[in-house]
Amino acid sequence: MLVYLGKRMLMALSVLLTVVVATFLLFFMGPSDPAQALCPDTKCNDAKLSEIRHALKLDRPVSDQLSEYLRGMVAGRQIEYGGTSLDCKAPCLGYSFRSRVEVKEAVLSKFPSTAMLALMTMVMFLVTGVTIGVYAARRRGTRLDRLVVGVSQVVGSIPSYILLLLFALYLTVLYPIFPRATGINDGAGPWLAGLIAPAVILGLIYSTSYVRFTRASMIDTLAQDYVRTARSKGISEQRVVYKHAFRAAMSPVVTILGLDMAGLLSGTLITERIFEVDGMGRLAITSLGLDDLPMIMGTVLVGCFLVVLMNLLVDIAYSFIDPRVRLS
Amino acid sequence: MTAQPHADDPTVAVAATEPEPIPAARAGKDDGEVVLEITDLSVRFPSDEGPVNAVQGLSYQARLGRTLAIVGESGSGKSVSTMAVLGLHNPKRSMITGSILLDGEEVVGADEQTMRRLRSSTAAMIFQDPLSALHPFYKVGGQIAEAYLAHNNVSREVARKRAVEMLDLVGIPNPQRRAKQYPHEFSGGMRQRAMIALGLVNNPKLLIADEPTTALDVTVQAQILDLINNLQMEFGSAVILITHDLGVVAEVADDILVMYAGRAVERGLAKDVLAHPMHPYTYALLQSLPSTHEDQDQLLTIKGSPPSLVNLPPGCSFHPRCAVRDRVPGDLCVTQLPELRPIGTRQVRCHLADPERVLEEEMRA
Repeated sequence: MLVYLGKRMLMALSVLLTVVVATFLLFFMGPSDPAQALCPDTKCNDAKLSEIRHALKLDRPVSDQLSEYLRGMVAGRQIEYGGTSLDCKAPCLGYSFRSRVEVKEAVLSKFPSTAMLALMTMVMFLVTGVTIGVYAARRRGTRLDRLVVGVSQVVGSIPSYILLLLFALYLTVLYPIFPRATGINDGAGPWLAGLIAPAVILGLIYSTSYVRFTRASMIDTLAQDYVRTARSKGISEQRVVYKHAFRAAMSPVVTILGLDMAGLLSGTLITERIFEVDGMGRLAITSLGLDDLPMIMGTVLVGCFLVVLMNLLVDIAYSFIDPRVRLS
Repeated sequence: MTAQPHADDPTVAVAATEPEPIPAARAGKDDGEVVLEITDLSVRFPSDEGPVNAVQGLSYQARLGRTLAIVGESGSGKSVSTMAVLGLHNPKRSMITGSILLDGEEVVGADEQTMRRLRSSTAAMIFQDPLSALHPFYKVGGQIAEAYLAHNNVSREVARKRAVEMLDLVGIPNPQRRAKQYPHEFSGGMRQRAMIALGLVNNPKLLIADEPTTALDVTVQAQILDLINNLQMEFGSAVILITHDLGVVAEVADDILVMYAGRAVERGLAKDVLAHPMHPYTYALLQSLPSTHEDQDQLLTIKGSPPSLVNLPPGCSFHPRCAVRDRVPGDLCVTQLPELRPIGTRQVRCHLADPERVLEEEMRA
């Protein structure tokens, strides 16, 4: 187990390093120009631009900037910023080009909303998706089953932003059944209440694929020989379905769950935008628009870290669900 | 040592040499109590192309202390009929008619409560591939204990002890430790032993073994057959052995039922039928066995393939593949389904008045 975890850590580090390098290179190969974005519209001239570039150290070779960024992550660094020297402790993700906020701080302040939204969404889609999926699988071929599959397919194929927009418009604006999102500083109650609306609709959208996935997986396991063996023991049908078929059916669902959770935790761009949730997704979009390299790096790294972490958790969960899986 | 328990059984020997007019399965005076009585059983599954007639008009019995072998190709209805005994077909996706009396209780149309009570305690089943038939996520001992708990009002501890005893009984060394292992930690033969332990944990009157040796190595096959045989003698239960291996039948079976395309085509004492097959299909099956006595360049095969169960050929289902069809006058084979007629100690579904004579001739030719 420890050897396995060590191996996985090394793999995770190499993945993160690759992502840092790739994001850095992509940023500088593209048309983005932070200096242009920061330069005041009215009196922007070449002198001003090069001044900004020098202040942000953008005039130095990319390799230097990259190595300094990496050094900051490992050992921390001093950042000269408009004459003042800022102390950035390891793991240093730098300071925002725009707002002089430390990236780490910004990310940590946005993460709770995103994480809570992800959690609430997960509860929503797991409860509805898995329950309906199991129900449909047990009644395979009946009208109800076809209805479930049909509805989940139709809802699942509508672009999610349309559903999100309609839901937000009708249920939080025109008929304000659900409260609107607030910041975490406005008190825990209103903050949680504000996340209900996006969690419900996002959960429903996700649940369509969980319905189909659970259904397919359940149909598969219900036809397995070991389920027939279980039934031939004379135990109750409930026990056959839940103890024998369901547990086996859930192991592939866990894989998808891990990936979806990584996606949700690194921020849902559209949902957070539509429902005005102040989370990671909004931070990422805003930073991209401003060519705020350290902030972009920060959000990308967090997302990447979450994907790696979730994959590890899925593998560990697997070894608990299925005794045949050995961690090695 | 018990590969052929009936070899020294005088009643079987008498029955084999002195034919009686009644069907073989009912012959013999010290036959055990009838545990399973199947009468005119039909099983149909709806499909997109039409109903699949998996089993039609099937009747047979199983008696305590005797082994009945059901033989036939894939799709001949061997397993389907025995699955119906335990009510393992989805009632919504199968149509079952006829009668199945399991220890005196009607199984066809029985409610879930009745079926639950009968499963494992009265009739138990061993499946072909023990790796897929045991749940990969649960410990072997627990899976056996679960079946015991379902029918006995005992504590988990007692059930667990019982599971260990059963593992010991089927010859698994170190049963205490083995009970705590998962199926994937067992070898193929050990898994099938565990499966047998699971089948016998509630001491059922009927044990159905659905191709129990097909997935195993040849050396292990013999051990498993021996084990089933020994346990049958010990427990005195009835055994139905589903197989397509006539070598296995010769070794362990008392009675034989040959099925083709969902129907019984020949039924009788195993020794008789194997020595003198009367149905051209049984004969062909025996011919396709590799022989150790004669030099054979090539194995004989039955030409053609089994018919579609959705669209059975008219008349005798076997006629498109039958080698002796031209000996039947007219087109009787094509137009009329032969009855299962008693001939001597057995029943044969063939239009040939005396199939035996013809088949012997065929053999010489």
